[in-house]
Amino acid sequence: MSSTRWADYPLAQLTLVRFREFWREPEAIFWVFVFPILLAAGLGLAFRNRPPEVIGIAAVTPELARPLRQEKLLDVEQLSAPAAEEALRTGKVALLVAPSPGGAVVYRYDDTNPEGRTVRMLADRAIQRAAGRADPVPSSDRLMREPGSRYIDFLIPGLLGMNLMGSAMWGLGFAIVDARRKKLMKRLISTPMPRHDYLLSFVLARLLLLVVEVGALLGFGVWVFQVPVRGSMLDLVVLCVLGSLAFSALGLLVASRAQTIEAASGLMNTVMMPMWIVSGVFFSAQRFPGALQPAIRALPLTALIDALRAHMLQGAGLAQVAPQLGVLGVWLVVSFTLALKLFRWR
Amino acid sequence: MPDAAPKAALCVRNLRKAYKDVVAVDGLELEVRWGECFGLLGPNGAGKTTTIEICEGLTVADSGDVEVLGMRWNADAKELRQRLGIQLQETQLSEKLTVVETVRLFRSFFRRGPAAAEVIALVQLGEKGKSRVGSLSGGQKQRLALACALVGDPDFLFLDEPTTGLDPQARRQLWELIEQFKLAGRTILMTTHYMDEAERLCDRVAIMDHGKAIAAGTPRELIASIAAEQMVEFSAGGAAQALDVAALGRIEGVREVRAENGSVRMQVTELHQAVPALLDELDRQGVPLTELRTHSASLEDVFVILTGRHLRDE
Repeated sequence: MSSTRWADYPLAQLTLVRFREFWREPEAIFWVFVFPILLAAGLGLAFRNRPPEVIGIAAVTPELARPLRQEKLLDVEQLSAPAAEEALRTGKVALLVAPSPGGAVVYRYDDTNPEGRTVRMLADRAIQRAAGRADPVPSSDRLMREPGSRYIDFLIPGLLGMNLMGSAMWGLGFAIVDARRKKLMKRLISTPMPRHDYLLSFVLARLLLLVVEVGALLGFGVWVFQVPVRGSMLDLVVLCVLGSLAFSALGLLVASRAQTIEAASGLMNTVMMPMWIVSGVFFSAQRFPGALQPAIRALPLTALIDALRAHMLQGAGLAQVAPQLGVLGVWLVVSFTLALKLFRWR
Repeated sequence: MPDAAPKAALCVRNLRKAYKDVVAVDGLELEVRWGECFGLLGPNGAGKTTTIEICEGLTVADSGDVEVLGMRWNADAKELRQRLGIQLQETQLSEKLTVVETVRLFRSFFRRGPAAAEVIALVQLGEKGKSRVGSLSGGQKQRLALACALVGDPDFLFLDEPTTGLDPQARRQLWELIEQFKLAGRTILMTTHYMDEAERLCDRVAIMDHGKAIAAGTPRELIASIAAEQMVEFSAGGAAQALDVAALGRIEGVREVRAENGSVRMQVTELHQAVPALLDELDRQGVPLTELRTHSASLEDVFVILTGRHLRDE
C-alpha cells in the first residue's frame, strides 16, 4: 500500500462513518431537517399577517345603519332591539348602536375589550361625518407590511439557532456516549487510531451537514415567506460555524463522562431546556425581568439568535455583533478545554 | 517477527491490579513464547479480562512489569498498537455500517496489512460484504470482530473469550480461523472458560483463580499432574443409610473421592479394576446406583481438583 488515497486516511474513514450513521438513521433526518421546516411552516401559518379584520356591529334602526355602512372596516347588521341585545351579549357583535331621545346616539360595548373601543371610534366617526362634521386637519394613511417586521421574520433566526444547538449537541453527545456504552470507543482506542482524528471527524461531519441543515431551513424561509437575509452570506457562514462549534464543544463536555444514553439525555435536556425558554427562540428574551437579562445574554443560544436576527433582519456586520461573537467564543474555548480534561475514553 | 528477538513474546512479572473493593490480579507471573497459542483459563471473575487488558495497554496495572514484543506500554505505545491485533469481549460494532465499511475503517488505522476484501474473505464473510453489521448472526459478528483484529497484520493476537455465546457450529468455524492464524506462526494470547476450546487451540495454558496463576503448562502436562487418567462420577439415590464415602477411597486404583450435592466424583487410575470394585462396594453398602459416568481426565477436572469448584459455577 504505497499510494494512499484520501479515503484511506483515518480521518476520512471516521468522517465517512459519521455520515453513514447519520443518513442511515431516518429519525435523525426527520428531526434535523424536516421538523424545523414543519415548525416554521406551522407557526408561519398561525401567525401570518391577515388583512385588517372587519368587525361586526349591530344597529337598531335603518337610519343609523345607513351611515355606518359607509365605513369599510365595519360589518353592520340591522337587528331588532332584543336581537341586538342578544348578539352583543354573546359576542357576535362588538358594539350596539341605538337611538336615544333628542336625536342622540347611544353606543353600548365592553370598554375593557380593545376591539370594542376601536369599533366605537370607527362607528362614531362614520355617524359624525354622515351628519356633516368636517375634519379640521386632513390626514392620509400609508401602510407598512414589509418583510422583516413580521412574526415569521422573528421566528426563522430563532429556529435556526435552536436547530444549530440541537443538532450539534445531540450529534456529538449521543454518538459519543453510544460508542462508549457499546465499548466501541474502547475497541477503537485499542487500535493505532489517532484520538484527535476521532474527535475531529465529528466536527468535520458537523460542518458539512451544517450546509444542508442551514440551507434547508433558510431556503424554506426565504422562498415561502420571503424572510429577508440582509447581512452578507460570508458573515452568516461565520456565525453558523462559530455557533455550531460552540454547541459541539458543549455537547462534547456533556458527553465527556456519561456512560449511558439515559444519563446523557438527562444532562442534554438540563442544558438545553432553559435556553429554549429564555433565549428568545419563539418570543423576545426582553420579556424576562431586567435583573435576569445579563445572565440570559451570557447564554450561548441567546448570543447566537441575537446575532442571527441582527444579521438577517438589520443587516448587521460581524463588528456589530462582536459581543455575541465573544460570548460564543468563550463558551467554545471553556467547554472544549473542560471536555478534554474530563473526557473518558472508555 | 522482530530482528533482535526477546526471549518471550509476552513477559508478565508480579502483576497487581485492585479495583475499589476487589483485587482482580494478585501477583501474576506469565510468559508467552513466540508463535505459541497461550490460554488463560479460569471462571468468571478470576482476573482473566483484567490481565489481558493490561497486556493490551487498555488498563494500567497498580504494580508489576509487562513486556510485549520486547516493548513496554509507557514507552512504545504507538508502535505496539500497530503490531497487536485485539479482540475485546462484548464490543458492539456500529450496526448501521456494512461489513466492508467496518473493515476499511479499521484498516485505515494501520500502516500495513492486507486489503479489506482479503481479510473479509479470510474470515469467510465474502458474501456478506455489503450487509449491515446489524443483520449478522452472532457467529458472523464474532468473525467480523476477528477480521478487525487481523486487519493490521499483527504479530501478536489477543482474544478475550472469542467464542462465548456462540452455537457449537459457529465455535468450530472460529476455531478453524484461529488455527489458521497459528499455522502462520503468529503468537496468540486468549482467555476462555471453555476447557474444550483450550484443549483444542492452546499450546500452553495457565489456570487462573482469584487473580493468580495456580497452574501452568501444556494441557497434557496439567492433566498428567493430577495423576489420574480417568474420572468416575455416579449418583446414588434413595439410599436407606448414608453412603460411606471413606470406604470408596480404599478401593484399589481410586486416588481421591469427592461427594457433592448427591453425586460422587472419583479420580481413578485403573478404570477396568475400579469400576467393578465400586459396584461391589455399593452393593455391599446397599446403596442403589442411579447414574454412572466415566470420562478421561480433562482440564475441567484439573480445575476442580485444584480449586474444589467447577469452572462455570457462579
